[in-house]
Amino acid sequence: MARWLQDNMPKIVLAPSFIAVMVFVYGFIGWTAWVSLTRSRLMPRYEIDSFIQYGRLADSPRFETAMENLAIFGTLFIVIAMVLGLLLAILLDQKIRTEGAIRTIYLYPMALSMIVTGTAWKWILNPELGIEATIKGWGFTNFEFKWLVDPDMAIYTVVLAAVWQSSGFVMALFLAGLRSVDEEIIKAAQVDGIPTWRVYSAIIIPSMAPIFLSAFIVLAHLAIKAFDLVIALTGGGPGYATDLPATYMYAMAFSRGDIGQAASSAMVMMLVVFTIVVPYLYSELRTKDD
Amino acid sequence: MKSYVLSTASAIAVCAAGVASADGHAEAEVLHYWTSGGEAKSVAVLQEEFAANGGTWTDMPVAGGGGDAAGTALRARVLSGNAPTAAQIKGPAIQEWYAEGVLADISSVAEANDWANLLPASIAAHMQCEGTWCAAPVNVHRVDWIWANTEILAANGIEMPTTWDEFNAAAETLQAAGIIPLAHGGQAWQDATVFETVVLGLGGAEFYQAALVNLDSEALTSDTMIAAFDQMRTIRGYVDPNFSGRDWNLATAMVMNGEAAFQIMGDWAKGEFLAAGKVPGVDFSCASTPGDGYLYNVDSFAMFSVDGDGKAAGQELLAELIMGPNFQEVFNMNKGSIPARTDVDLSGFDECAQLSAAEMASTNDGGTLMPSYAHGMALFGAQSGAITDVVTAHFNSEMSSADAVQMLADAVANSM
Amino acid sequence: MTDMTSVRTRTQSPTTRLVLRFVLYILLALFALFYLMPLFVMITTSLKSLDEIRTGDLVSLPREVTFDAWRTAWSSACTGIQCEGVRPYFLNSLLIAVPAVLISTIIGALNGYVVAQWKFKGANIFFALLLFGCFIPFQVVLLPMAIVLGKLGISGTIPGLIFVHVIYGLGFTTLFFRNYYVSIPSELTKAAMIDGAGFFRIFWSIFMPLSLPIIVVSVIWQFTQIWNDFLFGVSFSQAGTQPVTVALNNIVNSTTGVKEYNVDMAAAIIAALPTLLVYVVAGKYFIRGLTAGSVKG
Repeated sequence: MARWLQDNMPKIVLAPSFIAVMVFVYGFIGWTAWVSLTRSRLMPRYEIDSFIQYGRLADSPRFETAMENLAIFGTLFIVIAMVLGLLLAILLDQKIRTEGAIRTIYLYPMALSMIVTGTAWKWILNPELGIEATIKGWGFTNFEFKWLVDPDMAIYTVVLAAVWQSSGFVMALFLAGLRSVDEEIIKAAQVDGIPTWRVYSAIIIPSMAPIFLSAFIVLAHLAIKAFDLVIALTGGGPGYATDLPATYMYAMAFSRGDIGQAASSAMVMMLVVFTIVVPYLYSELRTKDD
Repeated sequence: MKSYVLSTASAIAVCAAGVASADGHAEAEVLHYWTSGGEAKSVAVLQEEFAANGGTWTDMPVAGGGGDAAGTALRARVLSGNAPTAAQIKGPAIQEWYAEGVLADISSVAEANDWANLLPASIAAHMQCEGTWCAAPVNVHRVDWIWANTEILAANGIEMPTTWDEFNAAAETLQAAGIIPLAHGGQAWQDATVFETVVLGLGGAEFYQAALVNLDSEALTSDTMIAAFDQMRTIRGYVDPNFSGRDWNLATAMVMNGEAAFQIMGDWAKGEFLAAGKVPGVDFSCASTPGDGYLYNVDSFAMFSVDGDGKAAGQELLAELIMGPNFQEVFNMNKGSIPARTDVDLSGFDECAQLSAAEMASTNDGGTLMPSYAHGMALFGAQSGAITDVVTAHFNSEMSSADAVQMLADAVANSM
Repeated sequence: MTDMTSVRTRTQSPTTRLVLRFVLYILLALFALFYLMPLFVMITTSLKSLDEIRTGDLVSLPREVTFDAWRTAWSSACTGIQCEGVRPYFLNSLLIAVPAVLISTIIGALNGYVVAQWKFKGANIFFALLLFGCFIPFQVVLLPMAIVLGKLGISGTIPGLIFVHVIYGLGFTTLFFRNYYVSIPSELTKAAMIDGAGFFRIFWSIFMPLSLPIIVVSVIWQFTQIWNDFLFGVSFSQAGTQPVTVALNNIVNSTTGVKEYNVDMAAAIIAALPTLLVYVVAGKYFIRGLTAGSVKG
C-alpha cells in the first residue's frame, strides 16, 4: 500500500487539479456547447433545438464586426506588446544606472485593473478633455486626435491602452530571459568575432523560447479578457465599432437575455482561440520533450 | 474597519434571527442600480420607511449600464438558488423572469391597496404576470422630452418646435449663429432615445405601436420608417463632432452653459438643471418632443420567490411602501420623475413634472401613452437590442435610410 | 547579466558610445513619460476641485491642492444607500485575495514539480489541458459556475469566491512553477531518490528552498488578477461580501447624477494601491524570480 502510494504520488497530487480542470473548464465548455444548441433566452434551457443560434450568429453584422475586431486587436496587441517588451528589455539590459526605478515605471500599469486603465485612457483620448484639447490649448489649433470617436479608428485606441497596460510585464519577462542566457556562450561567440546583432538573433533570442511561450500565453489571455477594457474605454462604441466577441457574448447573455446566442458566440470565439493556441502549445511542448 | 465588522456581525445576527425565529420579522435584500448621490438618497427614503415599519433592509447595489452589471449579478444569483428578495427590474423583463418561474406573487398587497385603480392601465399591465401582481412601480419617467436653453431660443427668435420640420428649421438658424443645435451623447441608448422620439413624432402613436412594440414587418419597412431614418441623418448633422461616447449629463451641461441649444433626453435631465440651480421656464424650457404622444419608462421592483417567512413579509411590506403615497411623493420629487400612483398631490412638484403628469393622464385617455422601446419597456432585450444596434450603426456611419430599414427588418427577424 | 557592452566598447569610439548612450536615455525617458502620463492625470485630477476640473485642462497641475476627494472616496462616497466609501470593501477583497493566492500558489508549485520532474505518460497532456484553461473567458463560465456554487451551497460567500479564483488561477501558477522547475536538473531528484527520499521529502527539502523567486512571481501575478477582478466579484457575492472592485464600479459608473471625477479618480487609485504597492516593492524580486528560474548548470 505504501509502495503503491509512493509510486503513484505524482498522479495523486495532480488529480485534484485534473478533476478541477475537467469539470470547471472542459465541463463548462461542454455546458456552453449544449446551451448553444438550445433556444435559451433569459435563463438556460436544456432542450436541444438545432443549430439555429449559429445561423443567427452568421446573420449578425455586429458579430461580424466583433470577430474582425478580435483579429485586428488580437494580432496588433500581441505583436506590438511583444516587440515593445523585447525592445524595452534590450534597452534596459544595457547597464542603466536607474534601472530599478525605470523598470518599476514600465511595470506598474499591469497593477491597475482594466477598468481603471480604460477610464483613464478614455479621458486622455477624449477630444474635448484630453490630448487634443491640451495641445490645442498650447496653440496648435489644427491638431486633431479623434481616434476615440472615429468608428474606423476606435479599435486602435483599445490596442493603445492594452499595450500600455501589458507591455511592461512582457518587458519584465524578456529582461529576465535576457539575463539568464549563459554568459559562457555569449563570450564564446564574441571571441569568435560574431557581430552583436547576430549574437542576439542567433543565440539569445532563440534560447528565450520558453519566455516567448509565457509571454504569448499571458498576452493572449489578456487579449481575450480585454472585455473590461473595452467597456470602460469605449463602451463598445462608436455604435458597435469596438465590439469584441467577449463583449458581444456579455451583452447577449446579460443585457439582452439571449443566452443561447451568447453561448454560440462563446463557442465560436473559443474555436478561434483553439485553432491558434493549440498548434503553438503543441510545437512548444513537443520540443521540450526532446 | 471596526464599525464595519460590527455591522456585518449585526447583519449576520439579524439574518440568523430572521431565519431561525420565522416570526415574520420583515427583511429584504434589495438589488438595485441607484448608486449616485441623488438616487441613493431617494432609495434611502424607502429604506427608512422600511425600517420604521420594523423591517431590515440589506442593500445590494450594482451600478452601471442602466442595469447590465446588476442583470449579471441577478442571473448568477438566481441560477445559484440564492435570489435576492427584490430586484430593480422593469418592462417586459418582468414577464420574462416570471416565465422562468422565479417571481413571487404579491397580489394580496396589490388588491388590499387597490393598485388596479390607482395606476394607469398600461402601467398596471406591466406589473402583472398572467393575472397575478408580481412587481411594484416606483415612478413614471417621461422619455420624449426636449430641453432647451431659454436664453438662446429667445436671442434667436425660436419657439419650442412642435413638428420635426420646425425643429430642423430652428437647427439651421442656430447653426448659422454658431451654436450647436443639439447636444447629444453618442452612446447606443441615447441614439435609441432620439430615434424613438422621431418615430413617434413622424409616424404617430399607432405607427410607433405597430413598428416598435408589435414589430410588424410592414411598419418596419414602410416609407414612414425610411423617413424616420432620414430625419436621424438630418439630426446627425446637427450634433457636434465630439459627440461619440459622451455621457448624457455632459450633454445636458452643454445646454446649460450655452454651447448647445437643445437636448432630447428623458426627465432625469431635469435633475441636472435643478442641481445646478437653474429654474424651469426661466433658464431652461421643457416640452414634449415634436409630435403627439407620451413615451414612458417605469422603474419597478420585482419580487423573487425566496424561502423564509421573514423574506415574504419583507416583500409584502416593501410592495406596500413602494406604492404608498408618501414614498411616491418624496422619491419622485427628488428624482425628476412623477409618481406612478395617480392620486398623489402634485402641488409641490415643478412645472415640468406637472406638465408630465397632465400629459400622462391625457394621453392615457387618448390612447397615445406608449412604452419606451429604448428604455426596455416595449420589447424583450433581444429585440430591442437588435433594433438599437441598427440605429446606432446608422447614426455612426454613412448608411442610407433604405439600407438601414432593410438591416432593421433583418435584425428583428434574426432576433426572434 | 548579458554583457554586450564589452563587445561594443572595443569597436566604438568614445564619441559614438556617448551619443548612443544619450539616445538610449532619451528613448527610456520618452517611454517613461508614456507610461506615467495616465497616472499623472489620475493623481492631479484627484487633487483638484470639481470646478477646476470643469474649467481647467487635463494635464495642468492643480491650482489648489485639495484632499477632499480622497477623504470622500475612502469613507463617504456613496456605493448605494450606504455612503461609506471603499473602506468596508477592502476587507472583503483581502479575505478573498490572500487565501486564494496562497492556495493556488501551493497547488501550482506541486503541479509544476510533478510535471517538470516526474515524467510519466500523462504529465504533458495534463499540462497542455491545464494551459488551455488559461484562455477561457470568464463570462463563459459565469452561469455554469453559478449553478455549481449554488449546489455546493457557497454562492455569495467569501469561500465561494476563493474557490472560483483558485480554480481559474491554477493554470498560470502551474505554468510559472513548471517553467522554473524544468531547468533544475533531474539528476538532483534521482540522487535524492537513491538516498531514500520520497516524493514530498524531495519537494520540501530541495525544491521549496530554491523557489522563493518564482513564488514571488506567482504571488504577484495571482494577487493582481484576483484583486482586480470584477466579473466574478459582482456575480458571486452578495451584500456584505462584495469586493472593492464592485464598490469602485458603483462609485464610478452611477448612471445619473453629477459625476465627481476627482472622487472617481481618488477611489480608483485607492482601490489600486495594494497591487501598486506589491509591484513597486516586490518588483525587483519579480525580475529575480523570472531570471533565477533559468539558471543552467
